[in-house]
Amino acid sequence: MVLLSNFWIILFHTYISKLKTKSFIITTAITIALIVALANLTSIIDVFDKDENTKVAVVDQSDELFAPLEKITASSNKKLELKLFDGSEEEGKQLVKDGEYEGLLVLASNKEKLPEAHYYSMNIADSSVSADLLANIQMIKSSLAAAQLNLTSEQLTKLNEPVSFQSTALEENAKTAEELDQARGLVYVLLFLIYFAVIMYANMIAMEVATEKSSRVMEILISSVSPIKHMFAKILGVGLLSLTQLVLLLGVGYYFLTNNKNLGSMEGFLGFGDVPISTIIYAAVFFILGYFLYATLAAFLGSLVSRIEDVQQMITPMTLLVVAGFMIAMFGLGAPDNKFVAATSYIPFFTPMLMFMRVGMLNLPLWEPIVGIMILAASIAILAVFGARIYKGGVLMYGKSNSYKDIKKALQLTKKD
Amino acid sequence: MTLELKNVTKKFGSFLAVDNLSISIPEKEMFGFLGGNGAGKTTTFRMILGILDNTEGEISWNNKRIDYSTSPFIGYLPEERGLYPKLKVKDQLVYLARLRGMDKKQALSELEYWLERFHVPEYLDKKVEELSKGNQQKIQFISAVLHKPKLLILDEPFSGLDPVNVELLKEAVIDLKKAGTTIVFSSHRMEHVEEMCEHLCIMHKGRPVVHGSLKEIKKSFGKKNITIHADFDLSYLIKHPGVVKLKQMTEGVSLQIEGEEFAEQILKNVVGKGFVRKFALEEPSLHDIFIEKVGGSFE
Repeated sequence: MVLLSNFWIILFHTYISKLKTKSFIITTAITIALIVALANLTSIIDVFDKDENTKVAVVDQSDELFAPLEKITASSNKKLELKLFDGSEEEGKQLVKDGEYEGLLVLASNKEKLPEAHYYSMNIADSSVSADLLANIQMIKSSLAAAQLNLTSEQLTKLNEPVSFQSTALEENAKTAEELDQARGLVYVLLFLIYFAVIMYANMIAMEVATEKSSRVMEILISSVSPIKHMFAKILGVGLLSLTQLVLLLGVGYYFLTNNKNLGSMEGFLGFGDVPISTIIYAAVFFILGYFLYATLAAFLGSLVSRIEDVQQMITPMTLLVVAGFMIAMFGLGAPDNKFVAATSYIPFFTPMLMFMRVGMLNLPLWEPIVGIMILAASIAILAVFGARIYKGGVLMYGKSNSYKDIKKALQLTKKD
Repeated sequence: MTLELKNVTKKFGSFLAVDNLSISIPEKEMFGFLGGNGAGKTTTFRMILGILDNTEGEISWNNKRIDYSTSPFIGYLPEERGLYPKLKVKDQLVYLARLRGMDKKQALSELEYWLERFHVPEYLDKKVEELSKGNQQKIQFISAVLHKPKLLILDEPFSGLDPVNVELLKEAVIDLKKAGTTIVFSSHRMEHVEEMCEHLCIMHKGRPVVHGSLKEIKKSFGKKNITIHADFDLSYLIKHPGVVKLKQMTEGVSLQIEGEEFAEQILKNVVGKGFVRKFALEEPSLHDIFIEKVGGSFE
């Protein structure tokens, strides 16, 4: 009875003491603030943009282009205000420099009686104004050219009409282009989630173990509780913490996504419209398994160092593994049926991200994700057994060296011979 | 509730850390382990606690193996002091006591008692890193005894403490023993062991070189000490039969002799040579025994 409860005491002690740390509260608060800001981005931009229209002075050397341009601009760009300017070009430029106008547009007709234009502004970094102007002038030019060629407006429309192009997958149950786009958005978000969670929380576990070891409280702990139980209680405690944080963040995110009218389009983009329930389940399964895999690895790597300063160095190879998996997954988003991606999705350290990416994007036969899950579960079991032995020896080992040679030494400490 | 070690051996690879150690510690006893650095004391303790597995032999307490089911009855003060630096005294001691099976409320009231006893009740809400090293040791000691263990293992409990705090802790240890706790402790300070333990074991390079009750060890050692204070030069006594060692002191000499029977001859020899202010036949000190058994390599 005592044995069982010890597990929970460590688990909740880890959970609560981590939950109360300033760093946890601050990161969570900042992330929530970011999500809120992101969800309300359009409204925030509106607040800044509402004040005034952009005014552009126009010098019309042809004397006939300004009127049609103003008409088109007034109908397509409400925020862009064109003003006919009577003075010279130089005077106009000076007014731009003074800040009276955003820019100066000089319109002229060339020999073929088609429009030419030159746009002056303080900087050309803000390309939206010039791009809008260009598009509008292009329209005038098209209609002028059409008039010169005696084209009717129907003929002109025909010319501008986009090609009808549709792609249809012949494989049964294959995802339609629309579904793929939706899946891509969701998989993208979830991949990021897995990536950050694994890096953040695996790091936290390694730090936690190394802190207990370097402060030497470990010897008291493992004389009260078996190291294996201690290790898993720690992993689960931090896991519970990660779930708390995720639920908070996702909850806030979901609230704003569903309550913000401006975001109708973004919701569609991210694929939250109608997500297949299986994708969500796979995401949860691979997230949890991925967490356990890396957490176990991090715990035993953390048990090998004697000083907190060495933790980062020790877990760098692990971090690189996560980054590599993430990179391949990002590549795979564009080409999910690539053979290389398929092959690497069976390597346990990449499986959580890659197999999930594939299962979300493609129509895999059921056995593929199941084999992936089994490989993951087996690797976790192997790593746990092996890691627990290293952990038991590692936590008693103090010294300057902190190389992977120590793994052998740690194993020797727990050997019975 | 006897603690039994039978032919316990521990090897780290090819290195022999503890070699064939057999001891029996009866209930409510205070047992001392003596030895220099690397003698195998800490390794022995870790094996008793089950943190390390012994390569050979058997360890039992109350005829049972010591494992994690017995941990609520065992208290441990490790040689390398260790507490969470960032946690409050209250939080971590209650946590550690709960891991050893104690109820939260009870742990808190016990903790208050101990802090009061060590004259530091204000530490309850302080972080450990804010305390001085000596005070951290008091907290460490409390963490070993808070859950009222039946077997208390103290690895170098008094090292690094000032004399006032040594007395404070010694008193606490003696009180715990009176209350029925079996106590095993190690030290390289002979006087602490001599003062507190009925039974002891001197270890050297993993082997128990002397083992038994303090009285018997002294008796069987055979050699005695004589202290002579006189106004004249006594250094010639080194040539006297039966004298093993002679040490010059400020007021005279200290002799080690082969046995009590030589004392009378020496007394007769000295008397008449001048005024003798003091002549005393004494039991050998643990220090003498230790030096004799372990060799001059120590201290």
